[in-house]
Amino acid sequence: MDTAPVTPLVEMRNISIAFGGIHAVEDVSVDLRPGEVVGLLGHNGAGKSTLIKILSGAYQRDAGEIYLGGEKAAIDNPRDAKAYGIETIYQTLALADNVDAAANLFLGRELLTPWGTLDDAAMEAACREVMGRLNANFKRFKEPVAALSGGQRQSVAIARAIHFDARVLIMDEPTAALGPQETAQVADLIKQLKAQGIGIFLISHDIHDVFDLSDRVSVMKNGRLVGTARTEDVTKDEVLGMIILGKCPPGAVPGNGATA
Amino acid sequence: MATTAPARGAVGRFLDATEIDTRMLGMIAAVVIIWLGFHVASGGVFLTPRNLWNLSVQTASIAVMSTGMVLVIVTRNIDLSVGSVLGFTGMMMGVMQAEWLPALLGFDHPATWVIALTFGIGVGVAIGALHGWVIAYLGVPAFIVTLGGLLAWRGAAWWVTSGRTVAPMDGDFRLIGGGTAGSIGATWSWVVAALACAAILWGIVAGRARRRRWGFPLRPVWAEGFLATIGCGAVLGAVALFNAYPWPRGVTRRWAEANGIDIPEGGLFIAHGIAVPVLLAIAAAVIMTFIARNTRFGRYVFAIGGNPEAADLAGINTRWVRMKIFMLMGGLTALGAAISTARLNAATNSQGTLDELYVIAAAVIGGTSLSGGVGTIAGAVLGAVVMQSLQSGMVLMGLDTPLQNIVVGMVLVMAVWLDTVYRQRAG
Repeated sequence: MDTAPVTPLVEMRNISIAFGGIHAVEDVSVDLRPGEVVGLLGHNGAGKSTLIKILSGAYQRDAGEIYLGGEKAAIDNPRDAKAYGIETIYQTLALADNVDAAANLFLGRELLTPWGTLDDAAMEAACREVMGRLNANFKRFKEPVAALSGGQRQSVAIARAIHFDARVLIMDEPTAALGPQETAQVADLIKQLKAQGIGIFLISHDIHDVFDLSDRVSVMKNGRLVGTARTEDVTKDEVLGMIILGKCPPGAVPGNGATA
Repeated sequence: MATTAPARGAVGRFLDATEIDTRMLGMIAAVVIIWLGFHVASGGVFLTPRNLWNLSVQTASIAVMSTGMVLVIVTRNIDLSVGSVLGFTGMMMGVMQAEWLPALLGFDHPATWVIALTFGIGVGVAIGALHGWVIAYLGVPAFIVTLGGLLAWRGAAWWVTSGRTVAPMDGDFRLIGGGTAGSIGATWSWVVAALACAAILWGIVAGRARRRRWGFPLRPVWAEGFLATIGCGAVLGAVALFNAYPWPRGVTRRWAEANGIDIPEGGLFIAHGIAVPVLLAIAAAVIMTFIARNTRFGRYVFAIGGNPEAADLAGINTRWVRMKIFMLMGGLTALGAAISTARLNAATNSQGTLDELYVIAAAVIGGTSLSGGVGTIAGAVLGAVVMQSLQSGMVLMGLDTPLQNIVVGMVLVMAVWLDTVYRQRAG
């Protein structure tokens, strides 16, 4: 095994969470290594977004443990996750629509002047710099993000995730709202970030979005893990079988949700 | 058509260059129309130094509270309890200075007003903290918590003295309420005006320097000059107006006798200048605007209003922010209570009844959106001026009280409707 000696960047072990009587995630374990892209696949409602929201601190797990770089991590809220260098691009983008791009970029981590007041000029300058790299055509720095197009809003959300030296990046359906050209841009960005050693969880219900970008895929169904496989060991059809039927192919390591 | 198109373009360019908010411009236009209308309808007694000075004093208490209500409403909450909290904190301050402190320090002790005011604001902040805690940490909707507060604190105000009115207030404390003695006079008013003009000019120069340093687009020099002229002109004009309202003859005579000054031929002209409650309201508005625009807390307030979930996911401690907003509201309500108690020279258990509605109306007329995320302090203060202008204009015209309420109610609904139309147009 060539992967054994590497300490995983993230290890989520035996995670469970229930809402009311519904077990949204049940005893699921996934891991992520530095510079690796892991696609997290499954139908809508399979529990992938919920699992990942536990890592980003939005939900508190009922059971299970999270290890970062081999050490046990205490993630109870989004602040904790960010302190560990875990950044998330949510499916809803989670932007405050009524404030501008710079305010969203620095939301919760504002730059301050020596007097402790907001340094809007410095934030706008930084925002112009990072947006210039992501989306060179972006010019609407003074407008509330509600006025921006879907792709522009996406760029703001991505800028926020990558501006603060993330070690782990979670992207929940990152291309769902984008056109083909913008989708290609996101794919380029993922390759670039991967080369920098950032570990990326890529969540999608559509296998075509993620299969070619991912080093490994983990498939969830009904809140359980069907299995995890390196993309070179399985075919797209086999992964589709995992998603739809919960059938774990020979090339994959089965999880607790695999049928036979 | 051919003539209007370039004209509109010119107006548009002018607005772009000066970066003036068109909403605010509309509000100011509304105030001007109301004032001119009442001036004509009342036979020329509305736009007089005396009436406008009184108007400014009457607006102060509601204006102070409306600056806090903006933050409450921006975060999609509401505070229905401000009128009752005003009654209760006013009563606490009244009892403190008229009954508890005299027993300890004797009457007219110079520290009485400071202790009473600090105590009242402390009580207000504590009440706000209680409301905020139940709302933010126990998850009870603000509407319910403050509806309960509306009943509870009115009852508490009654209970403190078993319904008895407490009077008179401490002599120094009464200055907070305005009146002849509670105004700062001509000289100090000009000093305040000079400081305000200096602040406006400094703001424009510093803002320009900051934009240049970061390489952001600059406003044209003529636009900066225009803004400076308008800003300073408004300040100087207002102060000139307040200084044109003399002390009443009787008060002047007593003052002259007490100071051994002979009253010259044609009477002695001693100007009121800016009233203390008006200064307090301006200070509250300036500080709250600073908090809303230049602090982390202010940024979080607006982010929570725009998207509460996003604010949470961004790592903002939204509960603590919400609780702080209600603490701020409580403190400002106590300040409003100090103004209204001092002005009345008494604390009564019915004080501030219906004030919550005037405060909310001021914020909403001033452009604060009930769906959250949008609102300005300056707008709310202007909204308070609109409300009070209507009220005092109708009094001047001799309209009956029930009719006054009907008009104010209709204006509130119409203002929100106009705002809705404006927002749909603006996209």
